[in-house]
Amino acid sequence: MDQETKRGLTLIAPPLLYALALLAGPLLAIFLFSFWTQDYLTIDRTPTLANYAEALTDPIYRTIMLRSLWISGAVTIATVVLAFPVAYYVSFRVAPSRKSLWLFLITIPFWTSYLLRIFLWKVILGYNGVINSLLEPINPWIVALGQRLGLEWDGLAAPLYSPEAVIITLSHAFAPFAILPIFVALEKIDRNLLEAARDLGENAVTTFFRVTLPLAMPGVVAALLIVFIPTVGDYVTPALVGGPNGLMIANMIQTQFLGLNNAPMGATLAVVAMVLVTIIALATVALARRLSGGR
Amino acid sequence: MLRVYVIAFLAFLYAPIVLLPLFAFNDSTVIAFPLSGVTTKWFAELWTNKELHKALGNSLFVAGISSVLAVVLGLAAARANVRYRFPGKAAALGLIMLPLVLPEIIVATSLLVVAVRFFGWNLSLWTVIAAHVLICTPFAIAILNASFQSLDPSMEEASIDLGETRLSTFRLVTLPLVMPGIVAALLISFTISLDEFIIAFFLTGSDPTLPVYIWSLLRFPRLIPVVMALGTILVIISILMLTFAEWNRRRGLARAGVKDTGGFL
Repeated sequence: MDQETKRGLTLIAPPLLYALALLAGPLLAIFLFSFWTQDYLTIDRTPTLANYAEALTDPIYRTIMLRSLWISGAVTIATVVLAFPVAYYVSFRVAPSRKSLWLFLITIPFWTSYLLRIFLWKVILGYNGVINSLLEPINPWIVALGQRLGLEWDGLAAPLYSPEAVIITLSHAFAPFAILPIFVALEKIDRNLLEAARDLGENAVTTFFRVTLPLAMPGVVAALLIVFIPTVGDYVTPALVGGPNGLMIANMIQTQFLGLNNAPMGATLAVVAMVLVTIIALATVALARRLSGGR
Repeated sequence: MLRVYVIAFLAFLYAPIVLLPLFAFNDSTVIAFPLSGVTTKWFAELWTNKELHKALGNSLFVAGISSVLAVVLGLAAARANVRYRFPGKAAALGLIMLPLVLPEIIVATSLLVVAVRFFGWNLSLWTVIAAHVLICTPFAIAILNASFQSLDPSMEEASIDLGETRLSTFRLVTLPLVMPGIVAALLISFTISLDEFIIAFFLTGSDPTLPVYIWSLLRFPRLIPVVMALGTILVIISILMLTFAEWNRRRGLARAGVKDTGGFL
């Protein structure tokens, strides 16, 4: 072993050992734990698949798991679609010297307390909240308009305590995580390629779809994954704005661990969630590879 | 067209934060429009709340220790990543960076299982610190990677040729050049730890951190304006810290002679 290799290994040892002890070990432990069962306070250590059978067949777990996946999917698509034009604007329309100022403006709201940001959405969407108190003077008009058209309208109301509220709130919370990777990918595009496309007879729209968008794909895929993976496991947003119909898998895992005191079931749900997320993430990457021509 | 959309999007991004000061100074416990008068009593209540001060102290303690440890581990990993080749490098770094893409609830539950069920430890601020180091280290590495990459290795070689030892070279040449990266990594790690809720919620014992304490306040409608006042102060502090971080980053780029390409993180 030469000197360089030895130095590299010495340097990587402390962070690696830390990650092995506090990440790989615990992940292995939770995997082990998911095959055990708990009866009141005693843990039965005979390995069994009972938890997995229950997690996959019990309608409550199934509903919540599927709901977590579709809510996260909706959040991911909404966030990336809304974020792309912003990243495009900063990369292509803003003068280079002012780009970091723009990124700074975009990131500032996200370094303020996560809990409070989510809570403020509850204030915005709440029954007595900002949107509803703004809608109050407008609603009689809307109802009147409805009556004139012969429709039974109740007027508009903000969607607190629903999956929609979770989607809006999470899309807000994860916006910069989508903007930044797309921005980085757009920055890497050689501007000469776009000029070449125009010279060869493409118009602005076809240049965008045939040159810019394919070249930005790595950033878009990164954005999809960076938003999707953590949102599946989000706890605070569904707990604060989701209501009973907006609860997600993290809330269920938390209940199993701290409320129902059924830690093995919680571990099983965590493992199932991780496996599903990994499969979807890998499928997204594979699909993107195929679409961009097997690169 | 695009410009209008981007401005509307920024308004969406800032909407919740703009509400904070509005309701922090509003003389009513009901969080709704129309506003009913100006008061500073919610701020005064912050000043006398002992539990809040304790929670803040706990959070500063956790964030201070976690950020220093995360940056020390991050320095070693980033240095190894940029400067050396060794077998298993990709796998090792993959594992160390994994918390970036792992839902925090997974980190929280797995550490809870190990700490309580396997070892029977009592939960305390130290279990929170152990977990926060784990999730802050990848961010520190991401920032320090960039610092080490913009570091010209010939400067270190020159120092060694001129008779310095490896250790004194690191202290006299390497460290000052990556110092802006270290400061940025410390600030980011500190902010992440200070703001982290779910892991602290699972792993804290009887001592709540600030987010855990805020979470407990959110259940009492009467205290919500106080939370708004607290939030207003936190927003001001984080904007000041971010401005300092950005200033520090630009200074670092200028020192290393690299052009500013934009990009926090």
